[in-house]
Amino acid sequence: MSDDKHKPEIDEVSGVETTGHEWDGLQELNNPLPRWWVWVWLISIVWSIWYFVIYPAWPVPGGATEGTSGYTQYKELAESQAEIVARQAAYLERFEEASLEQIVNDPELYAFAVAGGASAFKDNCATCHGTGAEGAKGYPNLNDDDWLWGGRLSDIHQTLEYGIRADNWDTRMSQMPAFGKDGLLNAQEINAVVDYVLGLSGDEHHGDAHGAGAEIFQQQCASCHGTDGKGLREFGAPNLTDKIWLYGGDHATVYETVYYARAGMMPAWGGRLDENTIKQLTVYLHQLGGGEESVSNDEQEAIKPANH
Amino acid sequence: MSKKQSNQPTTDNQSLLGYFAKQEKVFPKRVWGQYRKLKWAAMIVLLGIYYCVPFLRWERGPGLPDQAVLIDLPARRAYWFWIEIWPQEVFILTGVLILAAIALFFITSMLGRVWCGYACPQTVWTDLFVWVERIIQGDRNARKKLQQGPWTWEKFYKLTVTHLIWLAIAWATAGSFVLYFNDAPTLVKSFFEFDVSSTVMIFILSLTFSTYLMAGFAREQVCTYMCPYARFQSAMFDKDTLIIGYDSERGETRGKHKKGESWDNRGDCIDCTACVQVCPTGIDIRDGLQMECIACGLCVDACNNIMDKVGRPRGLVRYDTANHMAAKVKGGEEKFKFFRIRTIYYGALLCFVGGLMLYALLSRAPVELHVLHDRNPLFVQLSSGEIRNGYTIKILNKTHDHKLYHLSVDGLPDAQIDVSAAGDIDADSLYVPADSVSSYHINIRSNVDPDAPRDIVFTLEDHDQEVRDTYDAKFITKRK
Repeated sequence: MSDDKHKPEIDEVSGVETTGHEWDGLQELNNPLPRWWVWVWLISIVWSIWYFVIYPAWPVPGGATEGTSGYTQYKELAESQAEIVARQAAYLERFEEASLEQIVNDPELYAFAVAGGASAFKDNCATCHGTGAEGAKGYPNLNDDDWLWGGRLSDIHQTLEYGIRADNWDTRMSQMPAFGKDGLLNAQEINAVVDYVLGLSGDEHHGDAHGAGAEIFQQQCASCHGTDGKGLREFGAPNLTDKIWLYGGDHATVYETVYYARAGMMPAWGGRLDENTIKQLTVYLHQLGGGEESVSNDEQEAIKPANH
Repeated sequence: MSKKQSNQPTTDNQSLLGYFAKQEKVFPKRVWGQYRKLKWAAMIVLLGIYYCVPFLRWERGPGLPDQAVLIDLPARRAYWFWIEIWPQEVFILTGVLILAAIALFFITSMLGRVWCGYACPQTVWTDLFVWVERIIQGDRNARKKLQQGPWTWEKFYKLTVTHLIWLAIAWATAGSFVLYFNDAPTLVKSFFEFDVSSTVMIFILSLTFSTYLMAGFAREQVCTYMCPYARFQSAMFDKDTLIIGYDSERGETRGKHKKGESWDNRGDCIDCTACVQVCPTGIDIRDGLQMECIACGLCVDACNNIMDKVGRPRGLVRYDTANHMAAKVKGGEEKFKFFRIRTIYYGALLCFVGGLMLYALLSRAPVELHVLHDRNPLFVQLSSGEIRNGYTIKILNKTHDHKLYHLSVDGLPDAQIDVSAAGDIDADSLYVPADSVSSYHINIRSNVDPDAPRDIVFTLEDHDQEVRDTYDAKFITKRK
């Protein structure tokens, strides 16, 4: 390509110079671009220089140039977080003073508690109980209506605050004997009692209500699980008559449970989370679907003997 | 066709900038005639609508804005007189845009680029700015002389006044735009109290600048280089589309004409270039249909005035169709064909989409129910053996009254609905305030055997049973 040898070819119809390129008889006109396009281009370059100076732009070893405005996304994040904390402060004061019963009856505080509890749950509890609180083997499903230690607001709050078999003076504590391991029952006896227990929850293949299993159950298990097998929340002893099994409801697993015993553990959150977060978590867990109504002390007294 | 001079813009290849063509400033001359009258009328009506509509009031009831046309971004509502649009009805806006596009095709196929000539904001504001320029600086020749001449005191103050008025118009334009997104009287008042938010200020400043730049300087460059509509409207043209055309059969051979000279053996065009001088895009219509032509018809007015003066019939430059012109050459007189396949299918499409829009607006439900199944856990086994599923439901109450709704579910035996919410709320009394959305989490229990997911139907009714909405959902009973 040499420009000095280039003879401009003029298009007859428009009178405009062509580029000399031709495709199937179509020629390209060499109309010049408007000059303001160049100015827009130059202004864009000036703009980009301004941008490089004002904002962090150039990568250098150990980071990037800071930019004269001092802008960083970290600062922006901190600012928006401070904004959120300030917005929460409006609720927090009322929230701190309110009782759990007041919170679940106040739409604003309730929404605040559920939102805060949901996020605290994912940070602290989901590791064991699952992100949807659906639980796993040995870790209770918190959505259902089966509670080892009680499903009222006050029960849930106590469990969260002090934990279960945790390193805390006020923790919920109980110990199931390891009937097989410690030689309290032999294999035949364990099999019998397991059959009886499976029958309690309606398994038709088991459950001779008057056989050896029933007798052993009344002697060994009824003190905690109740004569009817419906459990006792004071000891965290599960209801054996319902459809929910924490470790599994097949014969082998229940046998293992009786042989070695079970003692799930949950940390006390009282020292780790602040009181507001624990209250939020309490309300959140209570509304997952299995929360039980708070009852007055009189009613509570009336219910208690029935469990024994 | 006459032999043409080269209309290639001048470039000098001495520097980089030399490869790019300078903008040849256009100084449109004043003209009077039927198309100019139409253009003034269109400008007054359109600018009147644009500047006044934000101040129209429309009573909607307590707690609701009384501005007839308002886009309320914080509240996510758009109001257009009696129509109210929620974010999920934004398809109506899409519909309006589609309707506008088809209407443009329809009009263009019949009448040519009348949108460009009379209604496009770029045309209207440019016309207004040129008018200001002419009032202050005089007509074409005076303006040309002043602007291309040396700096004098006269040039300085006339240009200063022109630009100040331009900026004032641009500012009013930008301010009016913002009024469509805020309560107009309140914003105007707070503006005069110097109490407007920085967001409003940024919008006003940037729109003022863009109006000033586009109508004051860029002008026909926008139509020629930036606007896609200018380019693709020619795709809607055919030989029966009305265009601005120069009757070369009648006009050629052009040449100067002295009074009293014979009109024999020559064309009617006296080469006075009146049509060129009035053109807002600076083209010569006698070169034929061009991409730059915005079909404003000012050259028609200019030529008609000249023809009247020299005593020749009007219409040397006129609105006409290519077929009609060709027929006239052959001596026949062909009728305008407005009903052609092209205009009929554009018209039918216009009616169809318009009908759809009307249907969507008329059948707008005053209540909407949306149901989202909990993702984790999908179902919960209860101690009694029942199975429970959780759902988040959203109820959209689009009426202006507070409502209590009743929710029921079909397709499950002994289904029991529990609502997780503050206080005692059951599925029989779901409260939704007027004109808002409420969200509830509900649990459904049922004594079903674990099986494949079941199809269930939620039904929401208000207590007077006036309105209802249903939603199909699934009830999951076991893991796969």
